[in-house]
Amino acid sequence: MTGPSLVRSRAAALFSGLLLGAGLVVAGMTSPAKVTGFLDILGHWDPSLALVMVGAIGVHALLLRPILRRPRPLFEATFQPPNRTRVDGRLVLGAAVFGVGWGLGGVCPGPGIVDAASGSLYAVVFTAAMALGTLGVLVERRVRPDPRGESLDRDPSFAGESALRP
Amino acid sequence: MEHFTPVTALAGGALIGLSASLLMLFHGRVAGISGIFAGIFDPWTEDRSFRLYFIAGLLLAGVGARLVYPSTLPAGTPGLAVGAVAGLLVGFGTRLGSGCTSGHGVCGLSRLSVRSLVATLTFMATAMLTVTLLRALRGGS
Repeated sequence: MTGPSLVRSRAAALFSGLLLGAGLVVAGMTSPAKVTGFLDILGHWDPSLALVMVGAIGVHALLLRPILRRPRPLFEATFQPPNRTRVDGRLVLGAAVFGVGWGLGGVCPGPGIVDAASGSLYAVVFTAAMALGTLGVLVERRVRPDPRGESLDRDPSFAGESALRP
Repeated sequence: MEHFTPVTALAGGALIGLSASLLMLFHGRVAGISGIFAGIFDPWTEDRSFRLYFIAGLLLAGVGARLVYPSTLPAGTPGLAVGAVAGLLVGFGTRLGSGCTSGHGVCGLSRLSVRSLVATLTFMATAMLTVTLLRALRGGS
């Protein structure tokens, strides 16, 4: 990809990020107190964030099907499906650890990055620590690659795409 | 329930869903923020520029939020040490589990992925448990 199409591709990535960030701000996900209020089901529970999920999943589920019916995305040669298929200990342990961090700090990755840019020192520290945390797994994956070679598999939930193309 | 904000929650959620759809239409990718972010630090990554532009978009949203309505700046956050520990856990956990609230919670559930359903139920459960335990420890009600 060269010239104008590269510029358009990068602009598209920038725009997608901007829109997602705007969504997080409007939804209230960038407020740790709001997030904690949602997670605090036995306290003064604020169910708002459940509706964020309803809105996001509703729109995405509706639009995903027609998009995957296209022969290819606009700026890449192919759709890139998620490359792991198995429900394993890694998935559950990773999700469990993430949940503890999310509950503790009231911030998940997107809002952390957005808040860091809006000048919250708390979010800057969170995001820097998050980068450090990802490096741990990165090093582990390089040292000990997945023995089952799962990365070559395709997630069956993404079958819409492979079923529609030869 | 006095803080319940159903309209902005639904509208913000719809924007998130629209963005995830556009990313699939434009680049054929799942909008998993933790994965896109982590890839920046992977020396073997082949698409750092895409990742950097997407993250730059998120940062731009933060700057915009600060300018448009400064009250969105998070107030009453936990201490910086808590932020650091939470960040480490979130970074490590999302990579080990291959996704976060956006990748598993929004994109995965939208395509009915069993992996993402298991992951989402797990992180919701441990997050709710953590908040409940913390409140109990603080002696609040």
